[in-house]
Amino acid sequence: MSLKAFHIVFIIASVLLSFGVGSLELSRYQETRVAMDLWFGVGGCAAGVGLIAYGVYFLKKLKNISYL
Amino acid sequence: MEIPYTVKPRPDTGLYNAKLGIWLFLASEVMLFGGLFSAYILLRVGADLWPHGMLSIPIGTFNTFVLIASSVTVVMSWASLKLGKLASFKLYMTLTIACAFGFLGVKSYEYYVKFTHYDVWFKDDATAQKYFTAAYGEKGEADVRKHFVERFHLHNTKATYDPHEIQLAGHIQGNPLFASHKTLAKAKTEKIMFEPDPKFGSHDHPKAIEIPVSDVKRLSAYVPAHSTYFAIYFTITALHGLHVLGGALVLGYFLVTADKWWKKAPEQFANRIEVGGLFWHFVDLVWIFLFPIIYLL
Repeated sequence: MSLKAFHIVFIIASVLLSFGVGSLELSRYQETRVAMDLWFGVGGCAAGVGLIAYGVYFLKKLKNISYL
Repeated sequence: MEIPYTVKPRPDTGLYNAKLGIWLFLASEVMLFGGLFSAYILLRVGADLWPHGMLSIPIGTFNTFVLIASSVTVVMSWASLKLGKLASFKLYMTLTIACAFGFLGVKSYEYYVKFTHYDVWFKDDATAQKYFTAAYGEKGEADVRKHFVERFHLHNTKATYDPHEIQLAGHIQGNPLFASHKTLAKAKTEKIMFEPDPKFGSHDHPKAIEIPVSDVKRLSAYVPAHSTYFAIYFTITALHGLHVLGGALVLGYFLVTADKWWKKAPEQFANRIEVGGLFWHFVDLVWIFLFPIIYLL
């Protein structure tokens, strides 16, 4: 597996983490109503969307490099 | 003698030798960290009390983003070499190393905060109640119990704890590192000025209270000896930190020798960066698993 392929795996894991953190913090916000939880929830989901956009950009940029 | 297969793939494996080597090494690393993750899970599910909220989520989140950013820059540095742009490689690699040391700096700060934060247990119930009242007023014991319930998530348990089993958390004036009831006794310290943490849900620090060491059953900073929680926390994060440091040093070596390698063997140099980048991604991926388990759950 090349660095390109491992980077894609890593970005997928990071996207899952971002949405996981986002949903966890938003569910906490529903209980606590603390503004910090809301910011973390929204920020986590936004980071997930940003990472997906970056992943698409990365695939386009390195389309000529092998996955092996 | 020329080392074979540093650039071209070896016919029987289909990979250049360094790539096969790094994946074998990473397989051993998976077993190392896998063992520690398993130990963490088994210790946690087997524990009577397991604390929550002991670590700063904003700081941990910041460090997570630093490592994700460093993965992006390291892969960009490799892509720059593939595109023949040495100057871009140097810029991205410098950013990667800066991220690595930024991560380690923040982690060191987190460690320092833990090493100067203390829990104190008192010798008997009456003594404990006396200091709870001195710290938080008449309803002091209720405030300390509230802290205890929140720290260990004991909302739905019927287990009861006597006052002397409940710790008072705070700082010792002067912020000494690694003090304990044993080191205080050894130094023949008779009393300490203790600054209790704010009440649960408050940011106002109570006044410092004077505690004779003779009233203390146990005093410990948040160090590995404090509890199983801190033992496994420091073991895993320190091992991870050593990997970050090791990776940063290797990538730093690649950066300072870049000109020489680029002139001598550009393809081999790009392969070396790829191998370094694979290790770096592995270290970052460990953190992606570590962060939610240790900071959030």
